[in-house]
Amino acid sequence: MAGQTLYDKLWSQHLVKERDDGTALIYIDRQLLHEVTSPQAFEGLRLAGRKPWRIDANLATPDHNVPTTLKERAEGNAGIKDPVSLIQVQTLDDNCGEFGIEEFKINDPRQGIVHVVGPEQGATLPGMTVVCGDSHTATHGAFGALAHGIGTSEVEHVLATQCLLAQKMKNMQVRVEGQLGTGVTAKDVVLAIIGRIGTAGGTGYAIEFAGSAIQGLSMEGRMTVCNMAIEAGARVGLIAVDDTTIDYLRDRHYAPRGEQWEAAVADWRGLVSDDAADFDKVVVLDAAEIEPQVSWGTSPEMVTGVSGEVPDPAEQDDDTVRNGYTRALQYMGLAPKQKITDIRLDKVFIGSCTNSRIEDLREAAKVARGKKVADSIKLAMVVPGSGLVKRQAEAEGLDKVFIEAGFEWREPGCSMCLAMNADKLGAGEHCASTSNRNFEGRQGYGGRTHLVSPAMAAAAAIAGHFVDVRQLAANDDVQGQEA
Amino acid sequence: MKKFERSEGLVAPLDRANVDTDLIIPKQFLKSIKRTGFGVNLFDELRYLDEGYPGQDCSQRPINPDFVLNQSRYQGASVLLARRNFGCGSSREHAPWALEDFGFRVVIAPSFADIFYNNAFKNGLLLVTLPEETVERLFQEVAANEGYALDVDLENQRITTPSGEVIEFEVDAFRKHCLLEGLDDIGITLQDEDAIRAFEAKHRAARPWLFRDSAQA
Repeated sequence: MAGQTLYDKLWSQHLVKERDDGTALIYIDRQLLHEVTSPQAFEGLRLAGRKPWRIDANLATPDHNVPTTLKERAEGNAGIKDPVSLIQVQTLDDNCGEFGIEEFKINDPRQGIVHVVGPEQGATLPGMTVVCGDSHTATHGAFGALAHGIGTSEVEHVLATQCLLAQKMKNMQVRVEGQLGTGVTAKDVVLAIIGRIGTAGGTGYAIEFAGSAIQGLSMEGRMTVCNMAIEAGARVGLIAVDDTTIDYLRDRHYAPRGEQWEAAVADWRGLVSDDAADFDKVVVLDAAEIEPQVSWGTSPEMVTGVSGEVPDPAEQDDDTVRNGYTRALQYMGLAPKQKITDIRLDKVFIGSCTNSRIEDLREAAKVARGKKVADSIKLAMVVPGSGLVKRQAEAEGLDKVFIEAGFEWREPGCSMCLAMNADKLGAGEHCASTSNRNFEGRQGYGGRTHLVSPAMAAAAAIAGHFVDVRQLAANDDVQGQEA
Repeated sequence: MKKFERSEGLVAPLDRANVDTDLIIPKQFLKSIKRTGFGVNLFDELRYLDEGYPGQDCSQRPINPDFVLNQSRYQGASVLLARRNFGCGSSREHAPWALEDFGFRVVIAPSFADIFYNNAFKNGLLLVTLPEETVERLFQEVAANEGYALDVDLENQRITTPSGEVIEFEVDAFRKHCLLEGLDDIGITLQDEDAIRAFEAKHRAARPWLFRDSAQA
């Protein structure tokens, strides 16, 4: 008998019922809620006279609309100047209050981006099914949990029934083998994967990321990789459980304790794909060939290495691809064959559910330490993923490194990743961003996003244009030896 | 949910691949706590020449005459013809809400993103996946024939072109049933309440740490 993949195991552990037509009912262990995609779901419950099935399965926090400036945050919800945003955050507070759902409100130190908060609290555990009305729910798959984004109707469905109607996905394995080069991070790995398989390459699949380079990543790095599975079209990204997973979870607030911890760990050890498991598709990348990545276009698949150049649409054979490239270059204000390192930047954003965890901030701070943000940069900001990440970073003195270098040190939230609050790009501005989407208008009307790692963003802030962070590291080493 | 009725619909072509949900409905309009009223901001950044904000009177805004939905020949379109990977990106259900509110009942493309696919069917919006060559041919026919309309028959899973050509399409049985009957998923699922309770009890016994109220403090 063929073995099972990790996805197969998680699916069968949560299968309540399978219908003849291939639709299944799967049980949901955890639902994370935020203010943008939940109000209509709660309203639907109320209109139908329904109650949440299991209150303790839910955890909420406002993140998309919250201001990130200290002055405004000090005022709590009242600091949200946009009245429409304010209503949305208040509505989350009201709904959680009415139904008794635990919520980390705007100035709770545990508040933050929902995909940073869940793992940090141990509210995401291996073997769970995790959903949220947010496509970046794929993040939680880093723990060997079956996690994916859902729409608002599905949020309501999960609230009311603790189940989701689903169809089984196909299995894809993306293996990254070997050793990553110095200065090459999880973000570069996932951007390289998306560049390889395309933004629809994973549609219909659950992607399991594997191989020695993935196993060598910290939990923060693994979350960065799984987070962007959706940018390759896959709702689900997964990584097998190992010691790194278990060590991260020990003593987290919602993690089990005592004998239950021991039993849980024994169970979690089985959350790996069997050796004989069959994948419908396998993609293999050589870690040593991955260089720091920079996106040049308006889709995450439009990405290349920092030593590369902007492609020439004329060299594309497929009409649809060529038209897409032409439109992207026009929107981005870039020329064919332009060197990536010649792209000048106006703003730098370090944050988002992809890259706002402590390790991300450490990597950026390492580059920024003792340097100054270039005069040509209008704004360079660092937005920690949660109140607890912020506190940890401050305990390590990272805030001072950033502030001394000329970065703004902000309060936690989604911020300029999607610019629903006041943090946004102006028309035509180029931004080195550690976020996940470079779609037209994503970071602000007419804004031009370049997706990069935290280290690359920090290096770009200092140079005013993209630079190869590996060369900076090499220069520093030389200086260090001379000194 | 409204029942999906067979109808002949004017076709509007949107000739670009990877149309993401940010493009379908930009983030500033997601601040609404309602499910309706998103139609005026559908494709906001393509449709208007200025930056939109929630609650504004869109009839006073400068429109982009080059954008397909602003052209007179496509007024009243209810079928959107699109390219591959339509609806990628954010899970925002506001995207199908906006398409539906604008007046679209059907989107035809070579492929759709997974989350958008689910969201659309839950809102009475039929997504039809056709081979790339067929979609390309439809693009050419739409461009060549003003008033080009398709008869979309979900019951029989057939599309009929103005020349009488019949194109068959696949759709899974459950989604088709829900769309034709206008059924509420939650009501259907709750018919299995006993099965859910039984599963939950077994699941809790096997893995109590997944339940905070069973967890050891």
